[in-house]
Amino acid sequence: MNEATIHPPAAAAVEVTGVDRIFRSGRDEVQALSGVSVSVAAGEFVSLIGPSGCGKSTLMRLIADLDAPSSGTISVFGKSARQARLDQDYGIAFQQAGLLPWRSVRGNIELPLQTHGAAAAKRRERVDELLAMVGLEDFGEHYPDQLSGGMQQRVAIARSLAESPKLLLMDEPFGALDEMTRERMQNELIRICAETGCAVVFVTHSIPEAVFLSDRVVVMSPRPGEIRDIVDITLGAAVGRGAGLREEAGFYDAIRLVREALHGTEPAAVRGAETR
Amino acid sequence: MKSGAQPVRMLPARLLWGLGGVLVPVLAWELYKALGPAEGVTIGGVPLLPRTTDLAMPHTWTMLARLFAPESSASGAAPMWTAVLQAAGFTLGIAGAGWLIGAVVGLGLAMLMQRFRSANSAMLPWIILSQTVPLIAIAPLVRRWGSQLEFGPFVWENWMSVAVIAAYLAFFPVAVGALRGFSAPEKAHEDLMHTYALGWWQTFLRLRLPASVPYLLPALRLAAASAVVGTVVAEVSIGLRGGIGRMIVEFAAAAGGDPGKPWAPIFGAVVLGLAAVGFVALIGVLLRRYRRGEQAV
Repeated sequence: MNEATIHPPAAAAVEVTGVDRIFRSGRDEVQALSGVSVSVAAGEFVSLIGPSGCGKSTLMRLIADLDAPSSGTISVFGKSARQARLDQDYGIAFQQAGLLPWRSVRGNIELPLQTHGAAAAKRRERVDELLAMVGLEDFGEHYPDQLSGGMQQRVAIARSLAESPKLLLMDEPFGALDEMTRERMQNELIRICAETGCAVVFVTHSIPEAVFLSDRVVVMSPRPGEIRDIVDITLGAAVGRGAGLREEAGFYDAIRLVREALHGTEPAAVRGAETR
Repeated sequence: MKSGAQPVRMLPARLLWGLGGVLVPVLAWELYKALGPAEGVTIGGVPLLPRTTDLAMPHTWTMLARLFAPESSASGAAPMWTAVLQAAGFTLGIAGAGWLIGAVVGLGLAMLMQRFRSANSAMLPWIILSQTVPLIAIAPLVRRWGSQLEFGPFVWENWMSVAVIAAYLAFFPVAVGALRGFSAPEKAHEDLMHTYALGWWQTFLRLRLPASVPYLLPALRLAAASAVVGTVVAEVSIGLRGGIGRMIVEFAAAAGGDPGKPWAPIFGAVVLGLAAVGFVALIGVLLRRYRRGEQAV
């Protein structure tokens, strides 16, 4: 009993409370985010979904401390977002793989380790592990321009995992891939998440992608970016999710739920206006 | 690599084009010399085309033959080409020193301007302005300032003034090119370095410097050409003996009796320029890893 009060409950991976973000340029003001509150538990996979311009990428950049909120607070593992960034508590992957063209695959993956002073032998070992994890064992010495888009994105994911973060921030990482590569990458991401047990904040505008990957889907509305709904996806733990899940009825039910949340209450009216 | 096969297959064609580039002016020269009027073409007293006498326009083979004849009529004089090569080597050494100083200064200025926005606004106009000052005007100044320098056994020599003037020309393309190169990285890459919590220096070393290579190499090539031109001109205006600049002036006086002679140091200057640019091309080969994004040219 006493012990429970001495040890506070493990801090959530991400805790966003009442966050606004207003972009000012001259006399124009754009409210990108308004009163956003969301929390991501340790090991949880949460997707941010919404039409373009709804501030989902902005929210991710705030968590990554690439940008600062106009008001409200963001904590990552109980620390400020800035401190979490300085402590390298998260790994990040963007829509563009963003590999350095002059570094080999190996060189790209070990970049974060190298900049933080890991010993060469340790780096080598870790990169070998990561290459195996993303299935690129034979490509360590290749250069990014020799790889397909999907392979480049796998390198970027390996790089984001280099320092074994407990939180992964991903901004439409599969957005530029073709549908088949995309599904394969989703399967792999599910597996990697199960292996590493890290929490993920995943920005996407694909409903099936969000449903397939997530424990919860945060549905956002545009201008000002607000959270419209948070949909719990009850398709079982990540470990059990395989490619076959895409065929199941539960998958389609969840997709319908997210779609309804995304379109709000007036989809019929919108449709009517379009077909007029 | 996919692009690897193409340049190899293109090599003979490129060699032919290069050879053609040399032959066409030679042919044009000889053609005009054969067909043009001896007194040249003048319209209303304004000379438009040069005279075609052997004195004004020696045959290209006269120029070449002159390279292999002794430099002067003095007994035991070495062939002309050794004298020219020696002078070219002397000039190349000074130009190299000037290029190196210019590259270091240019890189330093670009780093300062990249790091501090205020430095950018304050310095860029001066850097551009510096290149509008005529070389002839600064040469005597540099020489005078240099001659007043004395630390212990160190004595300022004339060749150092020449190197400084070469550097004065060479630093400009490097500063401008490097500044562009340092700001070349994509936003996503800069964000990535930020998420790695890297400071300015680490970001510079890991990202900005390697990303600037495709911008830096043309700048260094331009700087090499500028350094050579600067050295040749400064040799003349400072009066430094031993280099190709002085040789061009001296031999020009001999044109009356020995029309092939003035061309020898001019060929020397061409070789000099080629050597300088070739050296930078060699650097480019060593740095090819950083040029993967470039189109194969």
